[in-house]
Amino acid sequence: MEIVISSYCRIKNNALIVNGKSIQLAKQDSAAFFLAETYKILGLNYPKFHKMDGLCKLGLLATEAALQNSGFLERHTLDKIGILMANKASSLETDRVHQQSISDKEKYLPSPSVFVYTLPNIVIGEIAIKHKITGENAFFVEPSFNTNLMLQQNNLMLKQSEVSAVISGWVDFDNGHMDALIYLTEIADDSIKKLNFKPLNEELLKQLYQ
Amino acid sequence: MDVLIEKLKVQIIEQLNLAEVKPEDINPDSPLFGDGLGLDSIDALELIVLLEKHYAIKIQNPADGKKIFESVRTMAEFIKSQGKS
Repeated sequence: MEIVISSYCRIKNNALIVNGKSIQLAKQDSAAFFLAETYKILGLNYPKFHKMDGLCKLGLLATEAALQNSGFLERHTLDKIGILMANKASSLETDRVHQQSISDKEKYLPSPSVFVYTLPNIVIGEIAIKHKITGENAFFVEPSFNTNLMLQQNNLMLKQSEVSAVISGWVDFDNGHMDALIYLTEIADDSIKKLNFKPLNEELLKQLYQ
Repeated sequence: MDVLIEKLKVQIIEQLNLAEVKPEDINPDSPLFGDGLGLDSIDALELIVLLEKHYAIKIQNPADGKKIFESVRTMAEFIKSQGKS
């Protein structure tokens, strides 16, 4: 069974790269500004985005950028799409905000909308909710982008579960530092083979993550 | 009452991160949930936090929430009834 990558998005050092093309942003002085600008550039109209934490915003935007004009969602039914993600910092950025809100017993006022983001796999949920994707999903916390693990899990999902495609990637957000690589993987049946996508392998993943 | 309603609109936008909504977009009599602002269950909890944070009001009976959070006006009326406006 051949598996290919049909589209990808890389976000690193406040730069947005989609399928090798760098998309210029007006000004890139903070993560919040970068995320807001990217939201506008991608032409999204999704009010729920503004309620998300940084990790979810980053994951959602990288996924949207990879999905746009890819034909991915048209080639697969929503229950046959899986989501596989990993990162290093888990949900630490939001965990800190929540911790701060409960550390002072006199001003103990935790926010429910902050608390709901104190799990890293919520980013998968946000993407699934936006696109009504119901396939299998998994999230791993790793010290760094582990191409071997990602490849293994990606193959496992495609070969042993019911899905025919997986939205995969690394989404890390910590102290305003963003590092994301989202790539769309698909089983190359005859119709997909005609599209000449690159085969998924460790070397390609390392190259895209650079 | 009108002053309190306008203040509440600003506080709701801030508390719920309704970045694309302006105070003038909110009809004080429109439902907050469902067709109106389209708020969800987490937003409902945030509204409870808003009352506690800005008006020192704790909702004792969660069943009262449905009535209190029907619209911005019902929220304002509730705050006033608690003598906290």
